[in-house]
Amino acid sequence: MPPIIDISGLSKTYATGYQALTGVDLQIRKGEIFALLGPNGAGKTTLISILCGIVRPTAGTVRVGGHDILRDYRAARALIGLVPQELTTDAFESVWATVCFSRGLFGKPPNPAHLEEVLRQLSLWEKRHSKIMTLSGGMKRRLLIAKALSHEPRVLFLDEPTAGVDVALRRDMWALVRRLQADGVTIILTTHYIEEAEEMADRVGVINKGEIVLVEDKAALMRKLGKKQLTLQLQAPLAELPPALMRHGVELAKSGEEIIYTYDASAAEGEHAGIVTLLEDLDAAGVAFKDLHTTQSSLEDIFVGLLKGGR
Amino acid sequence: MNLYAIRAIYRFEMARTRRTLVQSIVSPVISTSLYFVVFGAAIGSRIPHIEGVGYGSFIVPGLVMLSLLTQSLSNASFGIYFPRFTGTIYELLSAPVSYVEIVISYVGAAATKSLILGAIILITASLFVPMRIEHPVWMVLFLVLTAITFSLLGFIIGIWADNFEKLQLVPLLIVTPLTFLGGSFYTIDMLPPIWQTVSLFNPVVYLISGFRWSFYGLADVPVGLSLAMTALFLAVCMATVAWIFKTGYRLKA
Repeated sequence: MPPIIDISGLSKTYATGYQALTGVDLQIRKGEIFALLGPNGAGKTTLISILCGIVRPTAGTVRVGGHDILRDYRAARALIGLVPQELTTDAFESVWATVCFSRGLFGKPPNPAHLEEVLRQLSLWEKRHSKIMTLSGGMKRRLLIAKALSHEPRVLFLDEPTAGVDVALRRDMWALVRRLQADGVTIILTTHYIEEAEEMADRVGVINKGEIVLVEDKAALMRKLGKKQLTLQLQAPLAELPPALMRHGVELAKSGEEIIYTYDASAAEGEHAGIVTLLEDLDAAGVAFKDLHTTQSSLEDIFVGLLKGGR
Repeated sequence: MNLYAIRAIYRFEMARTRRTLVQSIVSPVISTSLYFVVFGAAIGSRIPHIEGVGYGSFIVPGLVMLSLLTQSLSNASFGIYFPRFTGTIYELLSAPVSYVEIVISYVGAAATKSLILGAIILITASLFVPMRIEHPVWMVLFLVLTAITFSLLGFIIGIWADNFEKLQLVPLLIVTPLTFLGGSFYTIDMLPPIWQTVSLFNPVVYLISGFRWSFYGLADVPVGLSLAMTALFLAVCMATVAWIFKTGYRLKA
């Protein structure tokens, strides 16, 4: 199956001379949820803005559903829904008027039943006659999603959809995204929360300084990146590791005062048995510890690791 | 043609017009009435008839044009500037619409509103002074062409402006003086010769002259020239808009 989005050699240099994207190649598969991760200023929004037609590419080509986004922009854009990062809404229009406007703007004939369904899904139906400026921040965020869904897009871009959103709403959004995926919509979301990518994505791409640093299936990435460390502080320092512990691949640290065990945090249930057997073996070897703690690599660590470690 | 999009934008803009209808209508009607009281009744009664037309009647076409120009400019410039200011323009830029469709809908809505106002002012004027319209078809033609041309100019200003001050600047600093010096209140031949020549560089002279001709058959310049100049101005505005969208000027980085 050909990719729904095919980006090749995409570069963007702004008029100020700032190069936001450098030779980006990326294929998005039809029907997947793709998370684009990256620190602030990495080029996530620039990339999305080019795909949606808001920013003009300096070089390279992009095809959406087989349509070139410049030459065949009508067909390409009709497939796309965009939920921007900023809460940019009109103020005086009603919720109903603005979703009708969005649908018309994308060239779709009126369909009140569809709009009602979208508003109900986003718990905005009761608010349909309210002026937008009377809505809360969370409602405005949902309204932006409703506008994007009003014209039945096949590809949905969510630019940091859960930034500044409370936990309940975040859960609702994730559930909505899954329903959309079940309907065959391809979803590209940008985030700098790794939990979000972990929760939602099928594949993850990492962008930094305008370049795609890696693209990988989430499961593989989590295995690679999701390392956890267990640190045991010993009651008495050890000169060397007892042979019984060798098979766990643990290391001695702080001149024998600590034992560090690195393991895979995303391993399936049952594979965590490593910790249990380690503790049993410690007990059997007569090694006593007074305290323990675990650490997990954060997204920041992962970025630093990706940037330092052989790019 | 994405007709649904044109309809959506047009209706969106007309809804804005409806929300602001009272202030949009009241202020031009009041200021026009004041012009009639001051220039028509108070001062006009001491001014002799101009080629058989009373002064109060003489200024009607100029006053209608004055309102039409300023309203077209402010409607159209605000209509496109405001989404740029709030950021909602992202949706327009990401939509499957061509720039021709964008211009038709925004300029069409702005021109519609100013034509409605023009008609209202014409009706108001008819309450104050006797009026006759010798060439109604030409009158409507000039009204529509002017409304479209200046709505286009307003659209351009709305894209060029990057703050609210600039949005006011062009109408205030350029268009109002051009209109006042464009023969709203006098015929060009009342001016000293040097200013008559200068006036011929003022595009508004041609609009008002042609428009007044359609009322009373009085013109400073031949009506064909008026029409040609209006069309030329329209073409210049269209070319500028085409350039804006081709280069993405102030719309797309």
